[in-house]
Amino acid sequence: MQWRVLAAQRRAATELPKLTMVEAIAMAQAWEMQHDPSVVVIGQDVGANGGVFRATAGLQERFGADRVQDTPLAEATIAGMSVGMAAHGLKPVAEIQFMGFIYPALDQIVNHMSRMRHRTRGRLSCPVVIRTPHGGGIHAPEHHSESTETMLCHIPGIRVVIPSTPARAYGLLLAAIRDPDPVVFLEPVRLYRAARQEIADDGRALPLDTAFVLREGTDVTIVTWGAMTVETLRAVAELDKEGISAEVIDLATLSPIDSATILASVAKTGRLVIVHEAARNVGVGAEIAAIVAEHGLYDLQAPIQRVTGYDTIMPLFRLEQEYIPSAQRIVDAVQVTLAA
Amino acid sequence: MNTVARFQVDYRQLLDERGRATAELPAFARDAEEMRRMYRAMTLARVFDAKAVNLQRTGQLGTYASSLGHEATHVGVGAAMHAEDVLAPVYREYGTQLWRGVTMREILLYWGGDERGNDFAGPRADFAWCVPIATQTLHAAGAAMTFKIRGERRCAVAYIGDGGTSEGAFYEALNLAGARQLPVVFMVVNNGWAISVPVRAQTAAQTLAQKAIAAGIPGLQVDGNDVIAVRDSVGAALDTARAGGGPCVIEALTYRLSDHTTADDASRYRPEREVKDAWALEPLLRVREFLRQAGHWSADDEQALQRDCAREVDAAVTEYLGTPRMSTDAMFDHLFASLPKHLQEQRAMARARGAKTGGH
Repeated sequence: MQWRVLAAQRRAATELPKLTMVEAIAMAQAWEMQHDPSVVVIGQDVGANGGVFRATAGLQERFGADRVQDTPLAEATIAGMSVGMAAHGLKPVAEIQFMGFIYPALDQIVNHMSRMRHRTRGRLSCPVVIRTPHGGGIHAPEHHSESTETMLCHIPGIRVVIPSTPARAYGLLLAAIRDPDPVVFLEPVRLYRAARQEIADDGRALPLDTAFVLREGTDVTIVTWGAMTVETLRAVAELDKEGISAEVIDLATLSPIDSATILASVAKTGRLVIVHEAARNVGVGAEIAAIVAEHGLYDLQAPIQRVTGYDTIMPLFRLEQEYIPSAQRIVDAVQVTLAA
Repeated sequence: MNTVARFQVDYRQLLDERGRATAELPAFARDAEEMRRMYRAMTLARVFDAKAVNLQRTGQLGTYASSLGHEATHVGVGAAMHAEDVLAPVYREYGTQLWRGVTMREILLYWGGDERGNDFAGPRADFAWCVPIATQTLHAAGAAMTFKIRGERRCAVAYIGDGGTSEGAFYEALNLAGARQLPVVFMVVNNGWAISVPVRAQTAAQTLAQKAIAAGIPGLQVDGNDVIAVRDSVGAALDTARAGGGPCVIEALTYRLSDHTTADDASRYRPEREVKDAWALEPLLRVREFLRQAGHWSADDEQALQRDCAREVDAAVTEYLGTPRMSTDAMFDHLFASLPKHLQEQRAMARARGAKTGGH
């Protein structure tokens, strides 16, 4: 019997396409457009061009120019029209071409999208997804590499989600589109094509508001997200060699934070290192540290460590690797918690 | 029903695609040396551009935004501006910037991922490249407001692309400039495409120049492949602005002969035929023809120019490639006038890490 199971598994494995994250993102949008006629895709260059990163490749051909629309070049337009569309029955999945260009849209996100449900006492709502590339590491031009998720996380009434693998991108984006409230979906550019993964195009969503334990461990908890999961897993492989067992949590939903998963892990390991690419000052790491200080202080055996970008402008690419936390910096921080 | 206001948008061309004057030429265009100077600048911009694209293709430059096809507009604006005026560029107006004293090395450093490219040794008062679309138009208006308040006879020139005119900031800048009669010229470079979106999908307006009308300021359309018309129109607009006569919008009709940037592949969305047709209108050919017909340009002149441009570009490339990377301190330098304490600590951490990893 055993061989049959294995053969079936092997067959299933070979039949599944191996996809990059950017392909998984396009596939999730296509699935949801196919199954929910209210889903529309809008943004700059999302139509014939299929998105500057190809995250909407093929969608306009398949679903037409009404449902997959190039907007005028105006981010406030994209966010504002999303509010209007969402309040009246459509589900816009809006692409902001780079996170550095999201700021004209913030007025609409902060003052309308996030509070439509609340201020109308539930009469109107905004089931919008704003997708935008996040972070650096691909030698991009100025304003194309920032990680400013903390600004978004501070806005009540929206969710902020960031995947770290193709499969999680697929499942989390489906969940974001199906969610009845606005979600900003950050896509780590460095991971768009970094790896391929077999993904079944089965429309199965992953849960929002839930962190994923990527690896269990006993000595230290490392919480991270997005592209920094890769550096973290690299660091953990180094720590393994030294007999240090790290538990790695991919936060995945940055707002609201899945406190329970973090606290349970810290209760087990007694040590916490937080890793993010964004600047340190008032970063999401500070919120995680505060949660643990409030609810898990007596579980801690050492001060919390943060490994982050500096509180500087993200440098142009000649220096970007000096800014982005490295595996070595993560290893060093873990060593500090263990020495305490 | 009474008509309460009427508007019109004029179009100017002085040199057609075969290098023939279509109207009486301004004084500078009758000066052979001045025309040769502009032609040389246009050629240098093109030779530089081809080299920059090549550097990117060979991994020696980051993403680069080509200026291919925009040379007449860029050089025309550069030649029309005074040195003391202020330029607020987008990110591909190298012809204007080279004219104003920005160096090729600086342009390469910027696209090569080094902030020193923004520290122009030449035009110290000019704004740096502006990637967030349309935001620079308000900076130009603000600079113009300064000149007005201080009574300085200077002007600001803001570039913007066709796509950029869809941004709120552009309309706000026009409105402000009109309301306060600021000495600013908005140079709308309509090259047909905002990455993959053609201008007809961007707006229902027949012209982009007419966007000026709602702001109560004049709007003019020029042949952006005609360096004479561009220089003459921008020069006149700057004279008016300098004399207190208020702002102007000039829409230069040209064509993006390249991809949007080296990260783009226009063949995915743009008909090859359109590009082929646009080459017939490209801006260098007509100036060369104009000069040749007047007996001011020979095949030898052209050869010598190409050789000189290649030599100049190669020298700049060598200088660029030989510029060592900055140390990690560069992330902290110039962040504030004086660095706060927590950042001094972070700077020290970065130095220590650099030393540890054997870096620079």
